[in-house]
Amino acid sequence: MNCPECDAKLNIPEDASVGEIVSCPDCGADFEISKKEGSNIELKQAESVGEDWGE
Amino acid sequence: MSKISIVFDRLRTEEKMLKKEAAELGHTAVMLDAKITQINTETKKEDLDLGDVVLERCVSYFRGLHFTSALEFLDIPVLNKFDVAHTCGNKMFMTLLLKKNNIPTPKTYFSFSSESATENLEKVGYPLVIKPVIGSWGRGVMPIKDKDAMDAIVEVREITDSPHDRIYYLQEVVKRPPRDIRIITIGDEPIAGMYRKSTGGFKTNIALGADPEICEITKEMEEMAIKASKAMGGGILGVDMMEDEEKGIVVHEVNNTVEFKGLAKVSKRNIPKEMIQFALDYTRK
Repeated sequence: MNCPECDAKLNIPEDASVGEIVSCPDCGADFEISKKEGSNIELKQAESVGEDWGE
Repeated sequence: MSKISIVFDRLRTEEKMLKKEAAELGHTAVMLDAKITQINTETKKEDLDLGDVVLERCVSYFRGLHFTSALEFLDIPVLNKFDVAHTCGNKMFMTLLLKKNNIPTPKTYFSFSSESATENLEKVGYPLVIKPVIGSWGRGVMPIKDKDAMDAIVEVREITDSPHDRIYYLQEVVKRPPRDIRIITIGDEPIAGMYRKSTGGFKTNIALGADPEICEITKEMEEMAIKASKAMGGGILGVDMMEDEEKGIVVHEVNNTVEFKGLAKVSKRNIPKEMIQFALDYTRK
């Protein structure tokens, strides 16, 4: 699968789950796995770090 | 076999570890993305089918807090409880509760406008550490060493102007070794501790690159962790302490959705497994 931002190849581990974040090794953009059915994977733009994020 | 739901908004290593341990214990773990879950005033507990208990693990404090309020409205057992999450997510509420329960904590000054905070700083003297009341990972935490630094903070806060920027939380600088201590408590029991060493700067947050190192929990640390956990209302917590050269151990923070992947690697105890077991036992009480 390629990066929706810069078209570089994304390395998505086989055991990755919905909700996980994948980062593009080239442009650094973060994507969230929004759907995963076998090898069919859909991505959406990951949320950026919010003021209230943390522990 | 029981069923446990793990509510998340960003699936991190911790949530995956919890899911794995639940499965290894023979339970079903349901992963629920808070961002795509819809609840309304007519929703019933059965509609969501979240099982015996929910672990709320959102990285966003407000999202997790509001989600928890909905779960409690539906009478679904959730850890941590709303009151605990609410208190721990706000440094001022948390500090006041620590003090109220006679737990040693750094002296902290609260002001409710920039003018008042600046006036107080001039009166108390520099340096003090400013911390946002909401937020984590050390963001926005900095020592204020002189008036110029305070003026810069005030100016930035006036530009961003978020509601919490009007609350000024200023804390004494604790004389301590360049490290702090994180102790994870599960049901008021300290189960693992680590030192978080500064990598040269002022902060000791793991999220900022501080080096974790296993910490043998002393009697004093144990006592403080138990007291702090009980003061907040119990559950699964991360109690942060410093070794004050004069006062001994002081508790400066208690964290709600505690991160543990670093500590889990070196801890003698299986942290995610104990969290799952505690959550399921919690519903049986």
